[in-house]
Parts: sequence; C-alpha cells; structure tokens
Amino acid sequence: MTPAEKKNVFTGLAFTSLWIVGLCVFTAYPVIASLYYSFCDYSILKSAVWIGGENYRELVTDDLFWKSLGNTLLYAALSVPLGTAVALALAMLLNCDVRGRSFFRVVFYLPSIVPVVASSMLWLWIFNGEYGLLNGLISPVLGWFGLTPPAWFTDPTWAKPALVLMSLWGVGNAMVIYLAGLQNVPKELYEAAAIDGASAWRRFWHVTLPGIAPVVYFNVVMGLIGSLQIFAQAYIISDAANGGTGTHDGAPARSLLFYTMHLFTTAFHDLRMGYASAMAYVLFIVIAALTWLATRLSRRHVE
Amino acid sequence: MHLGRREPSNMKRAIPARWLAHACRVLALGVIGVAPALADVVGKDGKIHVTYWEKWVSFEGIAMQATIDAFNASQDKIVVDYYPTSQVDRKVLVATAGGDPPDVAGLWVQNIATFADANALMPLDDFIREDGMTSEEWLARYYPAFAHICTYRGQVFAGISTPAVIALHWNKTLFREAGLDPEKPPRTVAELNEFARKLTKRDPKTGRLVQMGFLPQEPGWWPWIFARWFGGELFDGERVTIGTDPRNLEALRWVASYTHEYGRDDVRTFASGFSGHALNAQSGFMNGKVAMVFQGVWFDNYIRQYKPGLDYGVGPWPEAVPGVSDFAMTEADVLVIPRGAKNPRAAWEFIKFANSHNPQARTREELSGIELTCFLQAKSSPLRAWSPFFGKNHPHPYIGIFRELSASPHAVSVPQMGIWQEYNREFMLVFEQTRLALAKPEEAIAYCQKRMSASWARYQKSLIRHGQVAASTDAREKTEDAR
Repeated sequence: MTPAEKKNVFTGLAFTSLWIVGLCVFTAYPVIASLYYSFCDYSILKSAVWIGGENYRELVTDDLFWKSLGNTLLYAALSVPLGTAVALALAMLLNCDVRGRSFFRVVFYLPSIVPVVASSMLWLWIFNGEYGLLNGLISPVLGWFGLTPPAWFTDPTWAKPALVLMSLWGVGNAMVIYLAGLQNVPKELYEAAAIDGASAWRRFWHVTLPGIAPVVYFNVVMGLIGSLQIFAQAYIISDAANGGTGTHDGAPARSLLFYTMHLFTTAFHDLRMGYASAMAYVLFIVIAALTWLATRLSRRHVE
Repeated sequence: MHLGRREPSNMKRAIPARWLAHACRVLALGVIGVAPALADVVGKDGKIHVTYWEKWVSFEGIAMQATIDAFNASQDKIVVDYYPTSQVDRKVLVATAGGDPPDVAGLWVQNIATFADANALMPLDDFIREDGMTSEEWLARYYPAFAHICTYRGQVFAGISTPAVIALHWNKTLFREAGLDPEKPPRTVAELNEFARKLTKRDPKTGRLVQMGFLPQEPGWWPWIFARWFGGELFDGERVTIGTDPRNLEALRWVASYTHEYGRDDVRTFASGFSGHALNAQSGFMNGKVAMVFQGVWFDNYIRQYKPGLDYGVGPWPEAVPGVSDFAMTEADVLVIPRGAKNPRAAWEFIKFANSHNPQARTREELSGIELTCFLQAKSSPLRAWSPFFGKNHPHPYIGIFRELSASPHAVSVPQMGIWQEYNREFMLVFEQTRLALAKPEEAIAYCQKRMSASWARYQKSLIRHGQVAASTDAREKTEDAR
C-alpha cells in the first residue's frame, strides 16, 4: 500500500469513524450482549448469572411461547397474502390511465403515513361492537340471515381477523412499490400478448406477474418481517378494547398476544431479561428461516 | 439534575470526561448501586436538590406539586425537583440499573416486592430509627391496610403518595326507575344479583341489552379482588393458592353466573360500547348503562368532570362472606428511594413530610403533607388521625365511607410477591376465560395454579442464585432483633 493509499484509508476511516463507533456501541454491543444474556438469569437490576441453555429449554415447554408464536404466524399467514393481493390490485388500478389518477394515488397512500396510535384509535371505533361503523353497515345485511355482527376486538374469535383487516389500511407503501414495478414492465409485451389474443387474466399471469416478480418478492419478505414483529397496534388495541387493564397480555383471552408483546412483558413487566433475550434470538431465527424459505420458493421466478 | 445552574468556565473542560464516566455507568447495566451514597450532595446554591420522578401530570400531579412547594417552603436546606415521568417504573428500573436513579420515585404498589427482591430499593427503617422512632411506631400511624402496603419482608420500603380505597358505587336515578330504594344499596351478594336483575333492561324490539345492573368486568382492572372478596387467598406467603382455596372457585363461579344469565354474546356487544372508558365521557356508569360498579375514591373527580350532577351513592362491598360486612380493597401509589440515590437522607425527609400531617389543621392553608395531597386529589388519607379541617371540609361527598373502609380489618391489597405482575396477568386470563365461557372456572383455575406454581418455583430459584433470599431473611431477622 502506497503512502497515498494509506492516507486515503485513514481519511476514509476517520470520516466513517463516527458511524463505526455508533454501530459498535448501539448495535453490535447490544446484539452480542443480548446473546450472552440469553444464556443467563438476568433481571437488569441484578448481575447476570450464567445458566447455560436453561432459558431455551424452558421456551420449549412454555405454553405462552407457543401461543404467542402461533398467534403471530397465523396473523402473518393471513395478513401477508391479503396485503400483497390488495396492494397489487390497488397498484394495477392506479396504473390505469384514468382521470384523477394522481389524486387517487395520494388518497390510497395517505393512510400509510398516519401514526399507528392515531390509526389504532380510529379502528377501535370502526370495529366497536356496539357503535362501530362497520357493524352499522353490515348489521342490516346479516339481519336478513338471522345473524348478528361480531364484537371484533372484544371477541377472541374475531380479534385477529379484525387486526388483519386493519393492516390493509397500511398497504400504501407496498402499493407505491408495486406501482413503480408495474411501470417498468415493457409495454411491447402487453401489445404482443394482445395481438396473440391473450385475455386480461393471461396478460396479468404471463406478463405482469413475471415482470414484477422481484418487486413481489421484496414486498412479501418485508411484509413477512413486519407482520412477525407486529407490536404497536396489538399493544394499543388489545388493552384499549378490553378494559384498559394495562397488563398488555393480548386480551381478549390472549387472542392478540403476539410474540413481541409477550417478549416485551417478559422483559419489562416480569424483569426476565435473559429469557426475553432468548425469545428475541428465537424470533431472529424464525424470521431468517422464513425469509430463506421465501427466497428458495421464489428462486425460479425472481431473476 | 440541577436546573438553571450554569457551569463555570473551568468546569467546561471537564465535561467530556464526566460525560464519558456517566455514559460508562449507564452502559454498565446489571451493576446496581455501584456504591451506596454516604452523604447527600449539596448543590452550588447550598441546597440539596432531590430529584423526584412521578407518573402524574393531571390533578394528581398538581396536588403533589403543592405538597412539594409546601415542603420546599418548610425548610431551607432541601429542594425537591418534580419530574413528571411516563412509564415511570420502567425508567426507574433502567436508571437504577445504570447507577443513576432519581432520589425519590413514585411507583405502584405492585412494584415494591419486585424491586425490593432485586435489592433496588433502600429500606427506610434506618432513617425512621435515626428520627427516634421504631418502624412499628412509624407504621402504627397508618391504617393497617396501608401499613401493610409500605412493608415487605419485615422492612419498610415505601411511603404512600396517594391512597385508594375501592367501594360500591350505585346510580340512584336508575335505582328509582327500577323501583329500588336509592338509599339502600345491596347488602349481600345475593341482593347484588337480585338488584342487578331488576336493573337490567333489554330493547323490546331487538332484545339487545340497553342497561345492566352490574357487570363483573366493569371496570375489570382488578378481577383478582373477587377471589379475596369471597374470602379466598391467592398466596399464603409461601405458596400460590389459587387452585387450592375453594373460595376462589366460588368467586369465579359467581362471575360465570353473569355470563350464563345474561348471555355471553349479548353482554360482549353491550359492553364493547364503553369497555376501557371507565374514567371518561363514555363511562358505562356515568352514562347510565351500568347501575352498580366497584370504583375507587378517585371516581368522584371524574364524575364531577364528565357527568356533574350525577345522583350516585357510595357504600361498602356487599357481604360475600357471612359476617364480613366491611370488606374493602385498598391500593396506593408509593414513594420509594431507589438504591444508588445520591441524596437518600434528603429523600427520606421529603417522604417523611409527604407522609405526615398537621393534626391541628383548621383551615385549608394549615393542611400539610399527605392531607394536603389527598385533599387536593379529593381522596381519603391513609393515616389513622385526620385533622379537623380535612375530615369536615373534604371535597368528596362520601369521604366518610372511604375512611370507614380504610380502617376495616378486612381491607386487603395486592399480594406481596415478586411475580405479582405475572400472576395478575394469569388471573386476568382466568377471569376472561370464565366470563367468556371459554373454559370452566375449575379448569381455568387449575391451569393458573400450575403455571404460577412453576413461576414461583423459578422465581425462588432465581432469588437463591442471586443470594437474595438469604439477604432478605437476614434483614428480617435484623429488624426483629432491633425490635
């Protein structure tokens, strides 16, 4: 290395040193420390005591761990495909050459920038069992069949589906990415398909979808990671709709107890930081495994 | 933290080193109470500045600020600086772990056992002794239920910042409409059930509930109290007893009876209109949707704000155990000194002031300490002795009832155990499974017993690992020796 190159290296390091120090102190250290604590009996107020794999062994037999993991996977299994379908459908509609297209794009994107607390409070009222807007609309229809609408967030059966429906409120981000992807699909392919007599569905299946496959892959992976880490909406809604007890235990009857909520209460209510660290690492492995699976499954379709 | 103080120029050079040292301390999580403070720190103004983190911002915060102002004016050596702090327990937790806690922290009663077991609180017994009292004499000033709240494992760990007593509230207007005597609340559980039946109304066309006499889940903040009300024990000091005490099952069966009688789905739809809004304009009680609720002494503040003129009464809990007509639930927010506080002695002086009163007070201006706080918060005092002004001019129209219930030998509070928050969540699940008919009460209770017994064993094991059980026992023996 010449003196000039060395100087360049040191200059570069000097300019990035602040970021490197930040990364080491605020990211690398907590990540490594939490891995160590996951093998410890650690409450933050007392010094950590090494207990080997006891936390991980306990996880296997902990009903709440499986309950929260099951709730989370079910939510992800419902919200990711539905969110993908709705975002893609909206993007395709907004890609059409219609009057007021820009206005509609803004309208459908706006909800995704509403703060999660505000949108949660709004949906609490929409899904209110007694006075909710949704039940007001569907009650007459259900009444024809002798049915009554559910109480949504206060009914263990309907709380998760309600949260999935609510998650569609935030598809704006994915929609914008799909929109960008759709505009990159060569128009000649559509023209050729139309000349060959391809129907709208065949054009979508054989032209659009392959053309935006990398975008779909990206959105599905991001959606999967986001849905596995669902926290704020469930934290606010389960408590507010079920008496405001402050226990944050996924009421009603733990139907909204998601993995990160269970992790949070374990860490900050029960002060079991070691156990919570073990939970965090298991979640990391679950997310990594599902992302790997998504990559494997989409390999044939994503260039 | 000293507000409004400028650093002299020679100090500015030392700032990076101080920041570095401070950052190191904060990062050293897991090491608490690096060294116990031996003496309070006198500021540049010649006064000791006591930092006080408290959760209140509303009328409760204003009342405590008045008490702080009175304390600051009562002497010239200590200044208490009040910092409203959201999620105060978590912030005190992290600050204590980082070795930089406030001098006084306003926590909840359920935090005491957890924090004390973690050696994160300073016992107050030595301070009490230095002031020429024994711990027993100090505690004897409180009603027994509140004295119990201040102690854990034989040591005094807390003072009361605001007390709460929970009692039956009933809507007199709805009583009249139902043909009941508005001055006669239910005296027994059987009467409560009967009154509830009379006070329940359905829409004649749709059959939907439009008014209920009583709902066990309104407000639903302390469902465990029903077990204690029925005479059950949840913890005997050594073991979890939810599944072994049959009276707990009896209480849960009573909860289930409401679901069976009024219909699970009907009740759920009806309650979703006001669930979670007990203290605002959507309150089921204030809007005449629910005729009877168990609520705290604070409730009158909210009624005056959101439903002024509401004709309601307050009375004792109906008799659930034959012969026990003065059952009451007591609660409190507490003042503690986290271990590692820089000014523990000055912090104690403030807690002592905030837990004392002027027994001769005959005017509002003469009120002092806990009576000043409680008067401004419209709550009862946890102390046995009340000044003439406090008792006669109290803003709460039913303060006498709350005083009687405070003095009750059957007043109970949150069980003192380090895993209470977890236990409370598990009990909440039992309650929900029962009222939503998702499980039979005996099944839900058995599951809770199994989980909590395992958790309690694990917690005990953790204490032993950290040498905490032995230390606590030593402290208890030391206290008993001192007596």
